[in-house]
Amino acid sequence: MEQKIIKILTELRPEFDFTQPGINLIEEGMLDSFDIVNLVSELDSTFGISIDGVDILPENFATVDAIKSLIVKNGAKE
Amino acid sequence: MDFIFRNKRISGILTVLPGRTVTFEEEMGNYSFSAAKSMKLKLAMGYKEHRIARPGQCSSDFCIHGLQYLFDNGLLDKDSIDALLFVSQSPDYYMPPTSNIIQGHFNMKHDMVCLDINQGCAGFEIGLIQAFMMLEQPAVNKVVLLNADVLSPKVSDRDRNSKPLIGDAASVTVIEKSDDSSVIHANVRMDGTGAFALNIPAGGFRLPSSPETAVMEEDSAGNFRSKDNLVMQGDNVFNFVQREVPPMIDHLLEQAGISKDDVDWYMFHQPNKFMLHKLADKLGVPYGKMPANIVENFGNASGVTVPTNISYNLGDSVVEGTRLVCMAGFGVGLTWSSILMELGNMNFNQIIEF
Repeated sequence: MEQKIIKILTELRPEFDFTQPGINLIEEGMLDSFDIVNLVSELDSTFGISIDGVDILPENFATVDAIKSLIVKNGAKE
Repeated sequence: MDFIFRNKRISGILTVLPGRTVTFEEEMGNYSFSAAKSMKLKLAMGYKEHRIARPGQCSSDFCIHGLQYLFDNGLLDKDSIDALLFVSQSPDYYMPPTSNIIQGHFNMKHDMVCLDINQGCAGFEIGLIQAFMMLEQPAVNKVVLLNADVLSPKVSDRDRNSKPLIGDAASVTVIEKSDDSSVIHANVRMDGTGAFALNIPAGGFRLPSSPETAVMEEDSAGNFRSKDNLVMQGDNVFNFVQREVPPMIDHLLEQAGISKDDVDWYMFHQPNKFMLHKLADKLGVPYGKMPANIVENFGNASGVTVPTNISYNLGDSVVEGTRLVCMAGFGVGLTWSSILMELGNMNFNQIIEF
């Protein structure tokens, strides 16, 4: 699951290395609000889910682990 | 706040769109995005093209054009109008009211009410509720609701939050008394603590426009706008809509005692395709029942999006037949409102260009 998430992130922003541990993607400016829109669309289609709109908050996209927790919460199977 | 109305109907909707079309590709060079990222965003948000008024065209011009069309084609009798409601955030002047200007243009009767209402994304629902309340009076038999916004001049060309989705338009909706006793359910919610989630900082009495307010500044996301331009806190607006609209719709349907499946159409305000699909998912409504194609074809013209949606997507189906429709608007104010009613046997439901 992490590898799929990193692959999607890298396709969105190829100029960044998303494998760095512990980095905050929002604070570091690696994802902006429009990236999040595209990311949600990709996560929805890749994992066959619909992330709840109320969960689309910056803190839920701050790290790869946070994104993983978010999609699991919204029904993605590990 | 919940409302119940009886013996009222919408007898016609005319949407008036600018004839000028601007495509997303023409404008995307203004934004600080790569072309690849812009194209991904185009798909997710549903940006394709939008209708923009020509310089000098104001909200009242579109309303007058629409009313003249209805008078000329025998679809509306000028002397039958008992109230003219003009709902907009882009009036022609601070004073006089734009509704009075329109009344004067047509030399309408004096025994009537003209009223301007400052509302935006929920302006169609707010206007309809006002019209229904007026029709409770014995002296009022027909209300004309004018929703109009020409806000594109207030949006910075270099603001990728707002520019790709903005649209200009007007609609003329005729509401009248009816023998039909079917019940209309409606509700309105407001939260002024979020009033500045959508705003134009300068140009009013609090901060008059000046050379200083016209200075362009860059925000943290790379958008350039001045204090004379519209500002949308997109994240806050998105979260507000996702949090508040689904329970409002659930409550509306519960009050009416019907299920989601009983509703033929969910005609919602049109901020962007992504937001609408998230709402549909949350509500458990098929995308096919909640059209999301107004922004991509015409742009988001605030309170005009719901009538545009009805004219464009329902067309003659509500002239020749009847459909149970759930309408909802949400945005500036913050304001969110919904109405459940039958639309049917309308005298007209169409789009014209100006």
